[in-house]
Amino acid sequence: MSHSRVAPRIRRPWRLAAEVTALIVAAVVAFPLYWMVLSAFKPAGEIQSTEPRPWTTSPSLDSFRRVFQQEDFGRYFLNSLFVAGVVVVASALIAFLAATAVARFRFRFRTTLLVMFLVAQMVPVEALTIPMFFLMRDLGESVPGVGLNTLGSLILPHIAFSLPFAIWMLRGFVKAVPEALEEAAYLDGASRSRFLWQILFPLVFPGLVATSVFSFISAWNDFLFAKSFIISATENSTLPMALLVFFKAEGNDWGGIMAASTVMTIPVLIFFVLVQRRLVSGLGGAVKD
Amino acid sequence: MTPGTTQHARRAPAAAGRSRPGPAAPAGGRATKGRGRGSWTPWLYLAPALVVLGGLLVYPIYQLGLISFLEYTQAQVSGGEPTTFQGFANYAELFGDGEFWNVVVATLLFAAVCVVSTLAVGCALAVLLTRVRAIPRLALMLAALGAWATPAITGSTVWVFLFDADFGPVNKVLVWFGLSGFEDYSWTYDRYSAFALVLFEVVWCSFPFVMVTVYAGIRAIPTEVLEAAALDGASTWRIWRTVMAPMLRPILVVVTIQSIIWDFKVFTQIYVMTDGGGIARQNMVLNVYAYQKAFASSQYSLGSAIGVVMLLILLAVTLVYLRLLRRQGEEL
Repeated sequence: MSHSRVAPRIRRPWRLAAEVTALIVAAVVAFPLYWMVLSAFKPAGEIQSTEPRPWTTSPSLDSFRRVFQQEDFGRYFLNSLFVAGVVVVASALIAFLAATAVARFRFRFRTTLLVMFLVAQMVPVEALTIPMFFLMRDLGESVPGVGLNTLGSLILPHIAFSLPFAIWMLRGFVKAVPEALEEAAYLDGASRSRFLWQILFPLVFPGLVATSVFSFISAWNDFLFAKSFIISATENSTLPMALLVFFKAEGNDWGGIMAASTVMTIPVLIFFVLVQRRLVSGLGGAVKD
Repeated sequence: MTPGTTQHARRAPAAAGRSRPGPAAPAGGRATKGRGRGSWTPWLYLAPALVVLGGLLVYPIYQLGLISFLEYTQAQVSGGEPTTFQGFANYAELFGDGEFWNVVVATLLFAAVCVVSTLAVGCALAVLLTRVRAIPRLALMLAALGAWATPAITGSTVWVFLFDADFGPVNKVLVWFGLSGFEDYSWTYDRYSAFALVLFEVVWCSFPFVMVTVYAGIRAIPTEVLEAAALDGASTWRIWRTVMAPMLRPILVVVTIQSIIWDFKVFTQIYVMTDGGGIARQNMVLNVYAYQKAFASSQYSLGSAIGVVMLLILLAVTLVYLRLLRRQGEEL
């Protein structure tokens, strides 16, 4: 570990204080998630208690049952998974090709393009909801599967919005692959596409994983587009909409909200745990470049 | 994987990046890059990205600008009335509205407080991570990854529940600490406490990116450099100022800009936590304001004009970013 050799220079009481602080901060940061899962398992009477306790003596699955009995909930879940999955794969492939182009070729307008990708990252996508709404409406009349009320209307914008950042991040990974390797591959008679997919692609795969975290989050978290573009065909809604059902004028169903939130958070948690190590090293590598 | 290989893998890209301006790189690099000169291969690789970005980013931006100059309400959307060119009338209406300026100021202040808090918390915890042994480090890292992974909408609902006037634990704890004013206190009723509540959630879900990135950056600084400085008798402060800070600056620029971008366009948190912009619209930010104008009251032109204003503000931020990169001598 690079810092462990530096660490002994810190005097012991300070390091102990630092470690206690770290543990307390970890507990505070984890508390909202703990409270979410705990509340999801609390029985109905206990969750409405005005003396909330940080534990429960009688865990119950009632809230989860209400969530899954809600019409179409499973379908919303699969819709969310499908949207996020397509966005991750499509933007990774498209970004890999584009990042290779700007990292390994010299051509006219290369710098202009890079600046444009940088500027594109700054575009507030929320501001584009209005034109995107009309674009999806118009596309729906000519291209089936992408108009309003379709999953395509959620997939397409997120591919576009995650691309600039993905290209920018992957560029660092592609650049880090030694040029000599490419020359050697050509000398060995590899074709350009063979080099691209069988040599370069596996080498930058850790970078693709780190990048995919961002596109996955952007698609899985989407609330605004789901709310604005899925108006009538509710069978094409996604999870955030299923969550809103439990907010009621006569009093929120907090058990249901927390259970639905738990179900919605778990896939992302699993995804993060899976890519965790690559994410940390990936950020270090990409950002440094 | 042994710790040794992990470390090697982690450092490889960074080391390659740093050696880029070295004398060997251009000589070896130009030969391969020459293969692409005048060729259409890079454009083939770029084609899918350019098609997607052109159709789903550039065109909508053009449309946004266009609609902001038209009269575009429910009547025009349904085709009942022809669209008419309004010139700057929509902007004049917007700028003449006191509420708009109120929202602009609120958005800028709220984003600024979010960015500063996120960076302060993220950087402080990144430094803390380098000072502790494996178990506290793992605990903090996992907790932060959990907060990061939480979708904005579920994070928002959980934080609202934590601060709920009747069923939330936070008020009870505050009362227990002797702050009796928090007995049944409604955080979303008052403008500033509602913004504070959203701020807590935003910092909670966005500090992990800063922490992890800055931590990865600190780890990428070769130990030998720090040890050499220490052997030369440099103080901790001096090592930070002359060795670590310059090496971390590119990372700090990136996390700052990303934080500005994210915090300036917070939508889900405000919308969910304050129920669409707060009591009497006291917690509006530009995003929610544009959404309400366009989709709740069908004033698409005004909503688009607000979008254009947001776009221009973020463009200004981008220009500052580009200048910072230039000054660092970053080669694009």
